[in-house]
Parts: sequence; structure tokens; C-alpha cells
Amino acid sequence: MSFDIALIIDSIPKMLMGIGLTFQLLFLSLALGTALGVMLLILRISGRWYLSWPTMIYIYIFRGTPILVQIFIIYYGLPQLEFVRDGIFWPILREPFGCAIVALTLNTGAYLSEIFRGGVLGVDRGLKEAGSALGLSVTDRFIYITAPIAIRLCLPAYSNDVVSLMKSTALASTITLLDMMGIARTIVAETYAPYEVFISVMVIYLIITWAIQRTFGWIEKRMSRHVRQ
Amino acid sequence: MSDSDVMSENIIQLENVDKFFGDFQALKNINLSVKKGERIVVCGPSGSGKSTMIRCINRLEEHNAGKIVVNGHELTSDVKDIDAVRSEVGMVFQSFNLFPHLSIVKNLMLAPQLVRKVSKAEARDVAMKYLERVKIPEQADKYPSQLSGGQQQRVAIARALCMNPKVMLFDEPTSALDPEMISEVLDVMTDLAKEGMTMIVVTHEMGFARSVADSVVFMDEGEIVEMNPPQEFFENPKSERTKLFLSQILTH
Ligand SMILES: Nc1ncnc2c1ncn2[C@@H]1O[C@H](COP(=O)(O)OP(=O)(O)OP(=O)(O)O)[C@@H](O)[C@H]1O
Ligand SMILES: [Mg+2]
Repeated sequence: MSFDIALIIDSIPKMLMGIGLTFQLLFLSLALGTALGVMLLILRISGRWYLSWPTMIYIYIFRGTPILVQIFIIYYGLPQLEFVRDGIFWPILREPFGCAIVALTLNTGAYLSEIFRGGVLGVDRGLKEAGSALGLSVTDRFIYITAPIAIRLCLPAYSNDVVSLMKSTALASTITLLDMMGIARTIVAETYAPYEVFISVMVIYLIITWAIQRTFGWIEKRMSRHVRQ
Repeated sequence: MSDSDVMSENIIQLENVDKFFGDFQALKNINLSVKKGERIVVCGPSGSGKSTMIRCINRLEEHNAGKIVVNGHELTSDVKDIDAVRSEVGMVFQSFNLFPHLSIVKNLMLAPQLVRKVSKAEARDVAMKYLERVKIPEQADKYPSQLSGGQQQRVAIARALCMNPKVMLFDEPTSALDPEMISEVLDVMTDLAKEGMTMIVVTHEMGFARSVADSVVFMDEGEIVEMNPPQEFFENPKSERTKLFLSQILTH
């Protein structure tokens, strides 16, 4: 098998033109997914069954099915429904980019809420009691004691989820988006050189993963130095 | 003296208090009243309900029957009331429970700022004042994990004092400490007692009980078995259970 170095050198800059879209998918769905995850967490730990049960079902469905299926249902399935086409979200769901963001957000929100819950459950009960004993309200205890400690506890799991999400953005190429993976597939279709092109795109993803891990490693070190003994 | 005078003199009053965990009865018909400025030491074997009793006083546990009145407020399920009562009752735990993500001085400033709504500058002044009282002002900007156990417990005491509480509850404050650190914490508590603080202290430090307590309470199996001034309690214990307990801990 011959390996076409020139093709690699040629296709990497082309694929990098898709990196902006990859990052848009990543950062937008990460921000929205984090907000959704926090909301789901609060519903889940509200102590009210009519809030926590639907949340658990939601989480179960989105964690228990392939994200590719979720993307297809949102992209191909929802437009079949008239009330979706008439609804306020149609401008978003009409576009493949909007569908990808919605799917990635709903999916990562489900995962993140479970990660956050793990963090909250990991906070020492004695610390919450110390807050109670000082007269802090439930809300103040959550904001000033539970949340800051929980965030530190779940940072490693959170950073893993960011890497997963980054990899999942490649699935957006299945619904016509020209992110890095979408461009790679286009180049392969033109050149019939899958090895060179996919290996190149793999290297780019690896570098992004490395950057994400380094960034979180640094944040973790800074934030957690006093919390973990 | 009328009934209401007696009540107002008692800063803490427990009447016929029962507490269950499931089927297990952890407190049985507890009666205890504590006057302003009084120092009570509570002792008894493990599992006798000492922690449960003092945790009921600031409602970290909810009692199932009887009546608890703290500083004129009866403890009920009214949440607003509870936060107000708790802010007047300081508590020190066996395991210190300092907030690990906050520096020492911020540990002390948090509750005054959030609950008492004092300014940041004022909260810091008060915090520094109490850190000096417990003799570790130089540790203000460190984090809890950087302090020794004895220092952490003194910080915990200072943190409670910053709320200017009417009563202090201590749950075995020295039993997680290495022996050489016990006295630095007991010294702080003794000073506090001399200044007239109302205190309920669960401890097996009998030297402290002798020198500081107005009364010693002995609990066993969820009941208050005996309550007497230290002299009487140690020299002349009434019940067999107290005698047995004293013989066990005094030989240690
Ligand atoms: N949250 C709980 N759930 C169930 N049982 C409990 C709970 N807390 C305490 N108990 C039980 O209540 C009894 C009294 O416990 P408590 O902690 O008050 O004892 P203690 O006198 O403080 O003992 P120690 O000296 O070991 O601290 C024990 O038998 C304990 O197992
Ligand atoms: Mg105890």
C-alpha cells in the first residue's frame, strides 16, 4: 500500500476549514448542555417525585440510546410532524446545524446532570450540617458550600464528557454539515484515499483532545488543591 | 417567681423529648433545662444518644415527641424560624467540618455576611478578632487542609463565635485530635466558659468536666440517667450504670 504524503499535506488545511464549525458545535452544545444539566440536576434532587421521575426517564432515554439515532430522529423525524413545522422552534429545527446543536445539547445535558449529581452526592454531609448550624438557608448552602465543592469533585468526569462531546460533533457530518469530519468525507469521496484523509482527521481530533485534557488538568490543579487531601 | 420567669431564664429547655430512627428509639423522655451562662458536660457510652440530643437542639435532627424551646423559640417544622434559631446556636463538630474550598478567614466571614448581612470589611474585622482569641491570626489566609487538627478545631470554634451565638454546642470536640493537641482546644473552651458563654459539651475529658462544668449529665441507652454538679457526680455517683461508666473511663 502506498501512502500519499502530499495528499495529507494538501487535505489538512482543507479540513481545518471545518474546525470552526466543529468548535461551534462543541462550545455551543457544551454551554447549553451544562445549563440543561444543572436544571435536570435540580429537578432530580428536588425531592419531589413529579419532578424527579420525568427527569430520570429523560436521562435514561438519552443515555440509553445512540446519539446517532437521536440526531436522525431530530433531523429526519421531527419535520414530519406538523406542529413542529408550525412551532416556534422550526427556524432552529429546519437547519441541520440547529438539529445538531439540539441533539448534542439534549444528549450531553443528560450525561452532565448525572455527573453533577455524583459531585453533589460526594460533598461531605458534615459540611452541609456545618452550614445549617451556622444558620445558612437551603439556597445559600447550595450556592456557597455544596456547589463549589461539587464542581471540583466532578471536574475530571466533566472533562471526559467534553472530550466525548467533541468526538460526537463528528456525527453532525451525517446530516450534511461540513465540520472537519464532513470535509474529510467529501475529500475521500473525491480522491478515494480513505487512509490518508481519515488518519489526518484523526490526528487533528487527537490534538484537540490533548488540548482539552491539558486545559482541564490545569483548571483542576488550580481549583482543587485544597479540597482533595 | 412566675412560670414565665422560669422559662425566660432557661435558654434551652427540653421536655419529654423522644427521638426515633425508624423503630429504634435513640432518645427516651429527655428533660433538660439550661440556664443562661450555665455549662453542661454530657457523657455516656457510645450509642447512648449524646450526639442525637445536642443535634436535636439545633434541629440537625428532628425530635418526634415532646417539646424543645431554644432562646424562646419552640422548634417546629417552620423553616424560617429554624434558620433564625440556628444562627443563635453555635455548634462545633468532632470532625471540624471546615469548608475546604475557603480560606480560614473566609470560613469565618461566610455566615455573618450571608445571614447577618454585615459588610465584607466588618465580617473580616470580626473574623480576625476571633482568630486572635483562638490564637491563630497568622493562619488567616491558609486553607483548612494546611492546618493541624487542633488548629482546625480552634478555627471551627472561632467560626461559630463570629455569629455571636447565645449558646455553644460541642460534640466531642477533642476526640478526633492527637493527644498533644487536645489541651490547646480545651484551653480555648475553658476561656470561653470563663467569659460566661452558655455551653453544652459532649466530652469524655473528665478533667475539663471537673474544672468547668456546672453540671455533668450521664446518658445511657437514650436516657438521662444522672445529672449532678461535678463534685457530686464524680465522688458520689448514684446509679450503678454511672459507677460502671466512670470506672471504665477513669482507668484509661
Ligand atoms: N441517622 C441515624 N439513623 C439511624 N440510627 C442512628 C442515626 N444516628 C444515630 N443513630 C443511632 O442512635 C443511637 C444514638 O446515637 P448517637 O450518635 O446519638 O450516640 P452517641 O452517644 O453520640 O455515641 P458516640 O459516643 O459513639 O458518638 C445509636 O444507636 C445510633 O446507632
Ligand atoms: Mg456522638
